[in-house]
Amino acid sequence: MKLITAVIKPHKLDEVKSALESFGVQGLTVSEASGYGRQKGHTEVYRGAEYTVDLVPKVRVEVLVDDADAADVVDVVVKAAQTGRIGDGKVWVVPIEDVVRVRTGERGIDAL
Amino acid sequence: MNSGDTAWVLASAALVLLMTPGLAFFYGGMVRAKSVLNMLMMSFVTIGIVSILWTLYGFSVSFGLTGNGFWGGLNWAGMGEAMKGLAQNGAQLGIPNLAFSMFQLMFAIITPALISGAIADRAKFIGWSVFVTLWATLVYFPVAHWVFAFGDKNGNGAGWLAHLGVEDFAGGTAVHINAGAAGLALAIVLGKRNGWPKAQFKPHNLPFVMLGAGLLWFGWFGFNAGSALAANGLAALAFTNTQVATASAAISWILVERFRDGHATSLGFASGAVAGLVAITPACAFLVPWSAIVLGLVAGAVCAYAVGMKYRLGFDDSLDVVGVHLVGGIVGCLFLGFFSTAKANVNGAGGTAVDGLFYGGGFHLLGIQALAAGSVLLYSFVLAFVIGYAINKTIGFRLDPEAEESGIDLDQHVETAYETLGGSGFRPSGTFVGAHKTEEVPA
Repeated sequence: MKLITAVIKPHKLDEVKSALESFGVQGLTVSEASGYGRQKGHTEVYRGAEYTVDLVPKVRVEVLVDDADAADVVDVVVKAAQTGRIGDGKVWVVPIEDVVRVRTGERGIDAL
Repeated sequence: MNSGDTAWVLASAALVLLMTPGLAFFYGGMVRAKSVLNMLMMSFVTIGIVSILWTLYGFSVSFGLTGNGFWGGLNWAGMGEAMKGLAQNGAQLGIPNLAFSMFQLMFAIITPALISGAIADRAKFIGWSVFVTLWATLVYFPVAHWVFAFGDKNGNGAGWLAHLGVEDFAGGTAVHINAGAAGLALAIVLGKRNGWPKAQFKPHNLPFVMLGAGLLWFGWFGFNAGSALAANGLAALAFTNTQVATASAAISWILVERFRDGHATSLGFASGAVAGLVAITPACAFLVPWSAIVLGLVAGAVCAYAVGMKYRLGFDDSLDVVGVHLVGGIVGCLFLGFFSTAKANVNGAGGTAVDGLFYGGGFHLLGIQALAAGSVLLYSFVLAFVIGYAINKTIGFRLDPEAEESGIDLDQHVETAYETLGGSGFRPSGTFVGAHKTEEVPA
């Protein structure tokens, strides 16, 4: 099994969510995040005073999938989250040792 | 008694009261999320404190008829005697004395509230409350007498600036220069906020700022047009000039931003509107409307640059009480020295405008305007500095650094404004299913 973590632009969440649903992903976890990549935030001006905003708002999406689906799910996320502009985010994949469904105690693939 | 005049003045009093909650939101949106409740409370508590002081002795000190050029005496303390009869202010008015008193009370409330913007995030609430009490007593009440009190119907007991013939229709000196100078003094006495100006002090809620500016603009019609103390042509002129100058100043400020910084901002529009309201306050009954446009354009641009001074001079006037109220008030007062005209005395409604420099009146009016602006500025600055310093050395005025860091709301009021502080403000969104959807919830 694999954990796919995507850090994306907040306004792309709905598209990523529907794309994953269409692919057949059964569940996901979403959390608010903030950070920066190579774009290094932006500047804002209030009454002429300039502030740099280093940490820009992002959304973190986490999905657990079967090994066989991992590459496809990554493609689905990237395709849905892409705008082609700076700050689109990152997706990464890590191996997962075990997964348990809390309600039934099922383990591994059955728990996905 | 004139029932039309009385209805307008009572309605105006309620309009001016609404300005203080409006100011609270204007200021509250500009501070950080951890200080918004304290910012709101600094305004709201002046409504409580000053209403009591006004009834006990404030109205008497400001508008009593038994004093001299510097104060009104204590004949109306407690307002038992003030309840009787019609108001006099240089002439016999058609409104009850109590209607006049309540209208003027709302000015006495908002003036100290204006000061609070200079000391955002860092003033102990008890220190602020004591300051409001002392500053209203020793500064606002007498200064309102100097400028606004025209004495009894024969002019006896008028304030010394009113007697000299200063043109200040609704409070460019007594309200805005007064509050701005006090704000400067307190910003110096309390010192900079931790980390100012390097740390992040950007406004936490600009919609609050826009809402507050809108409420101020609305209430300001009571402030300015209500100052005619009658429902007449003079009130209509003040109303017109208030609208025109405010609109012009808002446009002027965002034009400066567009060409200096690249973008017109919502904070800039709101700030420009308030700068315009401030500048037209003394001038609204002494100008023809086209020159109110000129005043608005000048005030918006001057204040848009003035708010940057604090970074060069090194004082943390957090929400620009100096840059907007002190500077805007001075602009409005001095502008009259040039553009005031007897042509503004419409409909024989009792207008008292005289000609300024550009209308052949010479330097006389400009001199009086400068004297009034300078003396109110100096008096308020010195008194506010001494009062603020004394409070800080005795009961304490400046908040502890740790409390400032964790947030003044939590430290001074044991409350927080929002469920969660920090984060991106993002919430996971669902899709709209339908209105009034009812569903059986499984047990």
